[in-house]
Amino acid sequence: MGKAVDVNDENFESEVIKATIPVLVDFWATWCGACQTAGPIIDKIAGEYEGKVKVCKLNVDEGANTSTQYSVMSIPTLNFFKEGKVVDQIVGMTPDFETDIKTKIEKLIANK
Amino acid sequence: MYDVIIIGGGPAGLTAGIYTSRDRLKTLVLEKSMCGGLVATADFIENYPGFPDGVKGVDLMVKLKKQAEVFGTEIVELKEIKSIKQESGKITVQTQKEEYISRSLIVASGSIPKMLGIPGETEFRGKGVSYCATCDGPFFKDKDIVIVGCGNSGLQEGKALLSFVKTITFIDFLPFMKAAKILQEQLQGNKKVTFLLNHEVLSINGANTVNSVTVKNRQTNEEKMVLVSGVFMYAGFLPNSGFVKDIVELDKDGYIKTNEKMQTSVAGIYAVGDIRSKEVRQITVACGEATISAVSIRDYLQEFPK
Repeated sequence: MGKAVDVNDENFESEVIKATIPVLVDFWATWCGACQTAGPIIDKIAGEYEGKVKVCKLNVDEGANTSTQYSVMSIPTLNFFKEGKVVDQIVGMTPDFETDIKTKIEKLIANK
Repeated sequence: MYDVIIIGGGPAGLTAGIYTSRDRLKTLVLEKSMCGGLVATADFIENYPGFPDGVKGVDLMVKLKKQAEVFGTEIVELKEIKSIKQESGKITVQTQKEEYISRSLIVASGSIPKMLGIPGETEFRGKGVSYCATCDGPFFKDKDIVIVGCGNSGLQEGKALLSFVKTITFIDFLPFMKAAKILQEQLQGNKKVTFLLNHEVLSINGANTVNSVTVKNRQTNEEKMVLVSGVFMYAGFLPNSGFVKDIVELDKDGYIKTNEKMQTSVAGIYAVGDIRSKEVRQITVACGEATISAVSIRDYLQEFPK
């Protein structure tokens, strides 16, 4: 079972921006019920795509500056990063959450 | 095969689950996202009986879900219904990947927020436009916001947001507020609050995120911009009945028609809660209807043993 990497304002640049493979960042909060359900799905995806995509979780209370920088105003928000730039996004919990994330990840890995 | 499948894990669906499970009927609740329905996203409920000091929406629903599970209700979340089929006394419910079969069905799928259909509403969803104050409120600390809709939902959630935000401009199409008088009293006179009644929201504007809304005074036709970072939409609800529209009879607005026993136009299929065609939509009404449907189903299933 995979595990997402916890990131915050301090390590966001080194872990996400400077990563050599694409990165998925899950913006979440302790007060967000939907995020609690999303958590295990994100961890599962971290395991399935290990080595191909880096999966990170950012608690918006620990990463307030980063959240503001990326205009995150609703959670969960998933930002898909490639070479330090946001190339795709999912805002809110969709009914086919896991499938929707995987579809975007496959697109991310395919576009070299 | 289940005795009862309930579509929707809000107060109506979960209350029905409590009753059918206590009657030892094999019950499955299928919930599109997470249990709790609209109640779970409401900050504070002050009119549900038994709570003189009020109760947080999420707390009430956590308890309701637990109560249903205590009696044996099986609950599965993140399951959106794709289609429903009824034939020879059997109901087949299709989700994205699974098929569930039952002897009876309760549709308790509730409502989805009404969208105004104006420019900027979809583009800025999650970028300043929100349908859930409890979910997104914290992102608007010390900011100016608009709340569209002066019914109970708009004003109640506005009350909750007051502690976070800098100012709230309430906007309503009608020249009066439908919210309970007590809520109106609690907000009128608050320095942070402005009311723009009899105003139409024409567009939500911004660059990367929302920075203003354009409104029109319906009396004078004067248009103006209100500078805000967030727009919380509480402009009403629509029935979540798309997946059953070809199976059961709906009223002209898309709500499911039933009789006093919560029976729809199809034998074995019942509808309760906000999805049901009626005048009053409240938690207490949803729970009452769920109870009636459970009794109806118990009688129905006794007539058609397995």
